Amino acid sequence: MARDFSINRLPGFASVAILTFFLLYLPIFTLVVFSFNEAASMSRWEGFSLKWYEAAFQNRQVRDVSIRSLWLAATAASFATILATLAALGTTRTSKFKGQTMIYALINQPLMVPEIVTGVALLIFFAAIKVQTGYTGMGYLVAAHTAFCIPFAYLPIRARLETMDNTLEIAAADLYAGPIKTFVHITLPLLLPGIFAGLMLGFVISLDAVVITEFVKSAGQDTLPTYMLGQLRRVVTPEMNAIATLFLLLSVLAVTIFFVLSRKRA
Amino acid sequence: MDDMAGNKTEQATEIKETPKRHLWNWILCAPALTVLVFAASGPLLIVLVYSFLAPGSFGGITWSFSLEGWFRVFFSRDIFDPEIVSLNTAHLTIFWRSISLSLQTTIICAILGFPTAWFIATRPQHTRNIWLFLITIPFWTNLLIRTFAIQEVIRNQGLINTTLIRFGFIDTPIQMMYTDFAIFLGMAYVFLPLMVLPLYAAMDKLDIRYLEAGYDLYASRWQVLRHIILPLVKPGFIAGSILVFIPSIGAYVTPRLLGGGRSMMLGNLIELQFGQGRNWPLGSALALTMLVLVVGALVLYIRTVNREEEPRHG
Repeated sequence: MARDFSINRLPGFASVAILTFFLLYLPIFTLVVFSFNEAASMSRWEGFSLKWYEAAFQNRQVRDVSIRSLWLAATAASFATILATLAALGTTRTSKFKGQTMIYALINQPLMVPEIVTGVALLIFFAAIKVQTGYTGMGYLVAAHTAFCIPFAYLPIRARLETMDNTLEIAAADLYAGPIKTFVHITLPLLLPGIFAGLMLGFVISLDAVVITEFVKSAGQDTLPTYMLGQLRRVVTPEMNAIATLFLLLSVLAVTIFFVLSRKRA
Repeated sequence: MDDMAGNKTEQATEIKETPKRHLWNWILCAPALTVLVFAASGPLLIVLVYSFLAPGSFGGITWSFSLEGWFRVFFSRDIFDPEIVSLNTAHLTIFWRSISLSLQTTIICAILGFPTAWFIATRPQHTRNIWLFLITIPFWTNLLIRTFAIQEVIRNQGLINTTLIRFGFIDTPIQMMYTDFAIFLGMAYVFLPLMVLPLYAAMDKLDIRYLEAGYDLYASRWQVLRHIILPLVKPGFIAGSILVFIPSIGAYVTPRLLGGGRSMMLGNLIELQFGQGRNWPLGSALALTMLVLVVGALVLYIRTVNREEEPRHG
């Protein structure tokens, strides 16, 4: 596309684009910079300090909700990845079968329905189960997050399966490897980058999920995003900037791993 | 050798296409579908049932059929005489705000997203991935954090106001938080990447020879843009618009933090019914109203895409 610059050039477009990138990163940049501010006010820069990071690490509540968030994201993403891998194996490299469209619709449904609608639906449904069974543990959050992560984990795994060359599997079958042996020694290792990409994506999505968690959580089950949502309605100190910066770093790291993995060619 | 490999492939696919394989497909999908039906799709049906029931006194419902929930989506009754019915202007204002802010967000994202996507698509291959990565990073980082970031910029003691005051342009801060404008700004900020990515995908496929042909025929840059580029990237525009419009209609976090109690959107109105409002049937009916808006937008999208594709195939 970029063979001849003058042909591609449209007057003013580059300036608008640079301005857009600038506007996109300015707020994030401000947020990160002020997490290192000495002053408690966010209107004035008073010198570099790590004290807000210290405060964040010593804040027991922050520690609790962070651990809960990480545990929930790891658990839900793992479940979702296993389920999505199976579903991807069942829906790719096959001829059209009855009900395939319905399976696609069910898998992609969480992507289309607004989070608040799903949140309300789960609130109602789980409230009824809570009354019936008396169980108020983390199971509800795990189930909700797992379901929500399935379509995200499914996408890279399916993409990997669809671009994968099946000559190696045919060769294995030729050499009298059974279906299980072929799967374990050929298909699974080839599929691994896709599975890890799905895991990373699921992890980020679960870590970010705020609306669904807000509606599903029982008392004392705040995650980092719902804790932040509660805090942000008040006037906040740069401690919140420090927490947000660390959170941001974690997300960027997971997304970078996802990018590297999904760019690997089969 | 090639022939043999070819035969093998055919055999392999033949084996896969038996009904037994199809049963296996279902077995492999079953665990995922179970979880999805249990914790995503199934509960939506319960919302539908609840919207036709009467509210309980402390939240929840009582098991008697009632159309009151749906009735109150659009109408309200007089406090003293329930027979006096009027249009629920508070709700209609919120519907209007949701739809109009979502449309405005979509438009500004298209205006800023088009040059941005073009800029990325015209970079040399090795730097293009960096720009793509830069636009994707905000897309995958927490929406709450990005909303918090924009809050820091537009607060009364935020970046814009303190800068303007320091340089003497204004004496008192401009109130931007808790207005419709703040919601618009916040949504445009958080949803912009959703417009850029499909536009980029459409531009990436664009054949440069069409542009060359246009310039060869003495077209001006404006004419090339208007008659060649815009029609060819139209599918990207349509996809981007739907991707921005749908989360805007469903927005909850951004209006809650930037709009506050005075500038509510549909999402906040729904939440209210399950919190202080304690009217679950009304909340359920409102949630389904939102779903209808989203599905309506999707149907419109699919129809437009089909109509776009027809002439090329026919």
